[in-house]
Amino acid sequence: MELRGPSRVEEKLYTLRWKHDRTSHIAITDPRTCADRCGDEWRRPCTTFCPAKVYEWDPEQARIVVAYENCVECTTCLVGCPYRVIDWRPPRGGFGIQYRYG
Amino acid sequence: MEVEKFDAVVVGAGPAGAAAATTMARAGLSVVLVERGEYPGAKNVMGGVMYGRMAAEVVPEFWTQGAPIERVVVEERIWLATDDSAVSVSHRSPEGAYHPDGCPNAFTVLRAKWDRWFAQKAEEAGALLVPGTTVEDVLWQDGRVAGVRTGREEGDLYADVVVLCDGVNSALVERARLRDHPVEPHQLALGVKEVIGLPPEVIEARFNVERGQGVTIEIYGAVTRGMSGYGFLYTNHDSVSVGVGVLVSHLMRTRIPPYELLEGLKQHPLVRPLLAGGETLEYSAHAIPEGGWRAMPKLYGDGVLVAGDAAMMVNGLHREGSNLAMTAGRLAGETVVEAKRRGDFTARTLSLYAAKLEESFVLKDLRKYRDLPELAERRPDLFGTFAELVNLAAHEMLTVDGLPKRDKQRKIWREVTRRKPLWGLARDLYEVWRAIR
Repeated sequence: MELRGPSRVEEKLYTLRWKHDRTSHIAITDPRTCADRCGDEWRRPCTTFCPAKVYEWDPEQARIVVAYENCVECTTCLVGCPYRVIDWRPPRGGFGIQYRYG
Repeated sequence: MEVEKFDAVVVGAGPAGAAAATTMARAGLSVVLVERGEYPGAKNVMGGVMYGRMAAEVVPEFWTQGAPIERVVVEERIWLATDDSAVSVSHRSPEGAYHPDGCPNAFTVLRAKWDRWFAQKAEEAGALLVPGTTVEDVLWQDGRVAGVRTGREEGDLYADVVVLCDGVNSALVERARLRDHPVEPHQLALGVKEVIGLPPEVIEARFNVERGQGVTIEIYGAVTRGMSGYGFLYTNHDSVSVGVGVLVSHLMRTRIPPYELLEGLKQHPLVRPLLAGGETLEYSAHAIPEGGWRAMPKLYGDGVLVAGDAAMMVNGLHREGSNLAMTAGRLAGETVVEAKRRGDFTARTLSLYAAKLEESFVLKDLRKYRDLPELAERRPDLFGTFAELVNLAAHEMLTVDGLPKRDKQRKIWREVTRRKPLWGLARDLYEVWRAIR
């Protein structure tokens, strides 16, 4: 039997609706930590635990690229960043994810 | 210009906040219910099973008032699963699905719909709902919490009491000095889920239920791939919620992306046929506070109370949370009503809230399971191993191949003790018993 539907995370994100703000509600407070310490000790877990693939490591720029538009506001990164360098704040009122089912 | 002041500001229009606002507004207090979503529920996710008794204590006979109930749970199944098999335990009782007064015991909901409806009850009681508004900080006056600062221009709201119901990882709990250390990764789970659309009659045939009836399935074992947590399937009216939640500390170690975990669950040979032909309507993810009693913040301060996920009020073993939130929100509301009567909003009177919670199932249950979060963090292998062993035993006993049953018993025992020495098995059982007794 076949299961139709999105198997990749990009496809899963297509099912969602946001009201996008023009500025990011997420900032990396100390990018050096991601490049050095976190790379050595944790291999940047935000790039794997984030359910919306907000965080991606860019080896050329040697920094985490933040796709804040994808954020589903689960708040896991607040706790899951081993060095607490992710400054996540709720998007401005009315902006961000808008679940229709939840 | 004179600053407008309310009796209470409630932050967050989820189950806790709406329950608190309804309780206070009904007693005649002036209440503002601030919600950062464009509508209540816009940011909220759970499995989700809601419990009727606690909802009815806020909105009596809610089931007769157009509440967005998906299906009333008549059967609960627990699967101990390997990659391709499961031992299942279930309880089915269509009659027992209701309390004597007709209130459904457990029912499935979709939070974007339920929260909207539930918050509307607070509005009907007289609370002022202010959606699309983020609270950025608490305001202090003479060493006590005196209101909140919202993101709106001239958006300061003053009140005798602020009730924080702003959900998991609340920044305001720290701003209100009710917690001085951040939540740790082992005190948090991440749940990911898909709502998969299917025609009602297909759901009813596949899950063996009638119109309006529903089934819950919790799946322990291989589906969490060595992490502490479980998968779930909950039937809605014309969709099935399928998801999995695991500890964030374990996700950090295993580096398994949560959406791949979810995909694995959907493709599990026992799950796939239940979802076949369905279309994913929505993907979602949310953190779940799993630190339990030991990780709770202080529940009250001068001019402030905290309830629901913001206060770690989740009983993970029994997949309960929204019911604890509704009860805590209601008790917070009752406390503020009493504080208003006394004209004292200091911690002395507001401590009544903690006393009420102590008397209720909320703190009694959380205290009972206070050692479980530590065990879940330390022993992610427990469920997987146990599931392997019971499936091995069941498979051997049910395979009719000419081997006499006594020989089969010996074979099972040999295989079980080879994988798990007897003393290890005994120790594990003792540890689990100690954590849940």
